[in-house]
Amino acid sequence: MTAFILKRLGFAVVTLFAVLTIVFFIVRVLPGDPAMAILGDQASEAALSALRVRLGLDVPLYQQYFEFLGGVLVGDWGVSMVSGRPVIDEILKVLPATLELTIASLILGAVVGIPVGVWSAVRRNKLPDYVARIASLLGLSFPAFVSAVLLLMFFSIQLRWFPVISSSQGGGLGEHLRNLALPAINLGLIMAAYITRVARSAMLEVLNQDYVRTARAKGLAFAIIVRRHCLRNAMIPVVTVVGLYLGILIGNSVLTEIVFNRPGLGKLIVGALNQRDYTMLQGMMVIYTLIVVLVNLLTDLTYGLIDPRIKYS
Amino acid sequence: MSAHISTTRPSRGAYFRVAVVSTLAGVIKAFNSNKTSWVGLGVFALVCLLALLAPVIAPYDPIDQNILFRLKPPSAAHWFGTDYYGRDTLSRILWGARISLTIGLMAIGSAMVIGTLIGLIAGYFGGRTDIIVMQVMDVLLAFPSLILGLIVVAMLGPSVMNLVIAISLTAIPPFARIARAPTIVVKNREFVEAGHALGYSHSRLMFGHILPNIAPEVLVMGSLWLATAIRVEASLAFIGLGVNPPTATWGGMIREGFENILDSFWLALFPSLAILIVVFSLNLLGDGLRDAIDPRLKGEQ
Repeated sequence: MTAFILKRLGFAVVTLFAVLTIVFFIVRVLPGDPAMAILGDQASEAALSALRVRLGLDVPLYQQYFEFLGGVLVGDWGVSMVSGRPVIDEILKVLPATLELTIASLILGAVVGIPVGVWSAVRRNKLPDYVARIASLLGLSFPAFVSAVLLLMFFSIQLRWFPVISSSQGGGLGEHLRNLALPAINLGLIMAAYITRVARSAMLEVLNQDYVRTARAKGLAFAIIVRRHCLRNAMIPVVTVVGLYLGILIGNSVLTEIVFNRPGLGKLIVGALNQRDYTMLQGMMVIYTLIVVLVNLLTDLTYGLIDPRIKYS
Repeated sequence: MSAHISTTRPSRGAYFRVAVVSTLAGVIKAFNSNKTSWVGLGVFALVCLLALLAPVIAPYDPIDQNILFRLKPPSAAHWFGTDYYGRDTLSRILWGARISLTIGLMAIGSAMVIGTLIGLIAGYFGGRTDIIVMQVMDVLLAFPSLILGLIVVAMLGPSVMNLVIAISLTAIPPFARIARAPTIVVKNREFVEAGHALGYSHSRLMFGHILPNIAPEVLVMGSLWLATAIRVEASLAFIGLGVNPPTATWGGMIREGFENILDSFWLALFPSLAILIVVFSLNLLGDGLRDAIDPRLKGEQ
């Protein structure tokens, strides 16, 4: 177990290092001068070079690279080129809002997706199966911002059930949940569409196993077979794929946050892109990579909880 | 030399003819096994046709402004209404289809070629090449594709070509993965061994013998990834990183419509439906075909 975790951690560190290197060079090699982006193209050459010195852009590239790597290790992710505040502070300020949204939608996606997928598999090629398959295919065809705009049109503007602009500040718990509801439903339903499909195909595979036939042959009720014998085995691919969907979830959360005007990593990254805030962008990459690597690790460890046969060798 | 070898093998033309015929028959069989694939193909073909004919059938110029007729709801003259500058929404949707399809097809076409090549090489040679190449792909895969696309476009600047580059970059690793797995299976089959014994070159075995066998899987994934590419392009345009205005793009139209959502809902609604129809049709197409060629599902029908 310990050896397995250490091995996975080693791979995580290598991945993180590789992504950091790629990010550093992408951000610098591609055209676009941050000093000019900050001061505007009317700025004098003297002002531009003074700003470059202040931002640390005047030293050789390799020196910038090692300073960057060292900084990441000790939690010094530089200061934002636009606001002048430490990058890590800005990220940590909005991170809880994004985590809250993604976790809420993941739970919603699992709560809706797993039962629907299992039901669809059990009723294979019957009406419920067709409905679930078409609905889930439709669900994953929605770009997250399209569904967000449609939800906003219907529930906030037509029915006025939810606020048009959500804010995470102020208000009690009720207000907080009301603000979270629509964004979480948006992301959660898309997640549910993906999870339904994996749960269905995983369940179908398990239902074809010999032990299921044996259980049926000895007269066990089908509902009990599904619940006691199949569910747990079908959950392994579901967990794997949910881990892999994290990338989709992150991308969709960016779009959702923009439509619902919710604070979070999404709004932060779009702002940083528009203002060519290099240090902020680097910081965002670090945090996204950390999240992805961490979730992959958690996914691997979860297998053991579901399936005791997996020994982490 | 050529005369000698041609007696020991069918001519190049004969080989390809056989491959194409069997593939075509297989394709029709695959389509028939899941009728929704036909629906998906039909709708997608119709969208392509409308996009091609946009200059002929669009009732108005997509960037022609008419301030007197701004923000008009749908009517007989403007079926889908007009936008903030008085431009005809229907015409802009028709022209926007050209942008979405061009970027999607070019991005996925190039990602398919490059990714398949990488997967083919990694799977065929195996060993250290395989480990290094796939490790690099895994690192790229670990990264959220929309974020990667965002950064590349923001840095390169929004143009059709740069969007193609950004989107195809994010789609190369999955194609490499998709191509690699069947390559490993096929390279151990007898006919490839026979090719080795006959002294065929690596490239001839890879492209002439293995590639036709893995092509169906790659093409099916291509249709699903085309759906993703169109979704990503629209998402980037919505964020403000699409082809520059006044060019009509679906994502950009929804962005503009979103700014007037309280009084002119149709501006965001119709382009949203357009994206949904295209992406859904491609998903129907790809999903049906994938079920048909998935060996695990074979024999169950």
